[in-house]
Amino acid sequence: MPKTIPAPRKITTQPRFTDKVFRGVVTSGGLFAGLLLGLIGFFLVFNGFEAMRAAGLSFITGFDWVDAVPEDGQPASYGIGAMLYGTMVTGILAMIMGVPVAVGTALFLSYYAPEWIKKPMVVVVDVMAAIPSIVFGLWGYFVLMPHAEYWAKLIHKYFGFIPFFDMPAPVFTRSPFIAGLVLAIMIIPIVTAVSREVFAQTPLERIQAAYALGATKWTMIKAVVFPYGRGGVIGGAMLGLGRALGETVAVYTVLNLVYDIRIEVLLSAGGNVASMIVNKFGEADPVELQALMGAGFVLFLVTLGVNFLANFIINKTARE
Amino acid sequence: MSNENPTESKGNREEEMSQVTPKQASGSKTTSSPGATRSLSEVAAARTTNLGKAPQPGSGLEARGIHAWFGKNHVLEDISMEFATGTVTALIGPSGCGKSTFIRTLNRMHEFIPTAALAGQVLLDGKDVYEPGVDVTKIRLQVGMVFQKPNPFPSMTIRENVLSGLKLSQIKISNPDELLESCLRRAGLWNEVKDRLDEYGGSLSGGQQQRLCIARSLAVNPQVLLMDEPCSALDPGSTLRIEETIRELSDSMSIVIVTHNMQQAARVSDYTGFLLSDGGPGRLIESSTTVEIFTNPKEKRTEDYVSGRFG
Repeated sequence: MPKTIPAPRKITTQPRFTDKVFRGVVTSGGLFAGLLLGLIGFFLVFNGFEAMRAAGLSFITGFDWVDAVPEDGQPASYGIGAMLYGTMVTGILAMIMGVPVAVGTALFLSYYAPEWIKKPMVVVVDVMAAIPSIVFGLWGYFVLMPHAEYWAKLIHKYFGFIPFFDMPAPVFTRSPFIAGLVLAIMIIPIVTAVSREVFAQTPLERIQAAYALGATKWTMIKAVVFPYGRGGVIGGAMLGLGRALGETVAVYTVLNLVYDIRIEVLLSAGGNVASMIVNKFGEADPVELQALMGAGFVLFLVTLGVNFLANFIINKTARE
Repeated sequence: MSNENPTESKGNREEEMSQVTPKQASGSKTTSSPGATRSLSEVAAARTTNLGKAPQPGSGLEARGIHAWFGKNHVLEDISMEFATGTVTALIGPSGCGKSTFIRTLNRMHEFIPTAALAGQVLLDGKDVYEPGVDVTKIRLQVGMVFQKPNPFPSMTIRENVLSGLKLSQIKISNPDELLESCLRRAGLWNEVKDRLDEYGGSLSGGQQQRLCIARSLAVNPQVLLMDEPCSALDPGSTLRIEETIRELSDSMSIVIVTHNMQQAARVSDYTGFLLSDGGPGRLIESSTTVEIFTNPKEKRTEDYVSGRFG
């Protein structure tokens, strides 16, 4: 006689009234955040679609930003290629300069700082994240730039043979290098906070295992803390990159916007999509406004993508 | 990095326990079955001991008058014990009596806990390991440690795990493959892993991971191996393997093992120390040969504990 195998039962539970209410509140909160994100994306596409359709692929690849001049019969040409490139350059420069400092700070706070330095310093680093970006911009312009100009000259003098540090015209101010420096300072708090968080979660048993084998603090960090925290540090750096890519006013203050793709990072010519939008927004005609919305949409996608990737990496490491 | 030749001490052993044949002494399958129903005193008496080796003055590890505190909490009071090379010492006692704290004072792992304080001396070859100016990493190379929970480095392969101590303590050697094999052999793991040395340590079973951790401790050639309940997370079969490993290692080094398993203490150790806390700091109630502790303890409290009347 064949055995009858029962179908799996459906398992349910009847939540209490209070639970239902609470569930409703948090669900609507969560959905609202998602809805808002979707609506912002929709708003940008809706307004920018016409300009993006007209320009086609050259909206991304082109690097002219020319208004139509009806008298000469010249059509408008909007391409954000140069600005997109400039956004990447300043973002990457910020990572190169900011992430090592942030990781070093996080290591110091986690493993070297005595308790009486650690607590106030954690607060100071967190407060750095709360400084308005215009303050960073002004400080960068008036305080940092004169020094950074000198550093840029030194770099050019000794490393000028590397194409990135070449200098076709001796204007060292308002360069991508200086914008990257300001952005580096701005991303240090978030990268430090995330790195410190993952370093602090390093399993104590592994740390002790390393010390019990005669490790010094540094060899322990190399063998245990870095492998464990690597994913978190990368994720934190991506969050910082997300901020650097979207930064507007600080970059606008210290960077000379030029619609051109140049590899010389010390030269006073660069770009950033967000600063371009703020630069053009005030006097844009309706057609140009559409193009700016389109530019905003592209930037929105890029930063969203970077942040998703960051969260993905952080979560993936957290599960390990 | 050569290991001490164990032949001499083995000779001593066999002379000492003339009723045990050499085969039993090295294989010891008959004396170490965890399921045996014999009394603890019989188990302890059947153990092939290293008691014949008189501790050479100034060699091995010695704790003198150890007190330990966590903050204001006095957790250990005046503990003095000697751990001669070539012997296994078991530390027994109820949870919270300070056994783990005590062995962590021996290789200076105690000081990792914030607010931890200490008084007394730990002498390694006659020199105080807490002396100002001592390089603590060198102490920990000489006094290795195996933890309760197997903790191989998950980011490293089996090979890298075994050799990790060299990297961590920045020692360079010319023949890592030889060392790798000899450590894994001494830890009784070689045959199981020799074809998968480049797999990650986490892919092994719990018992294999613990033997990997033992192999890892051996690679830096310690004089003393501290084991903090090394079998408490393992099944009986793995426990048996580790006990065999302990027995083989004890020829060339001094082993201190914390255990909650009376049978295990009786099976593997030459000396036993019984620690107890009556709500206050943990004290060393009695310390003697294992046979003595399990057959003829001087203290009533020791007798009650080893016979299972409390704890």
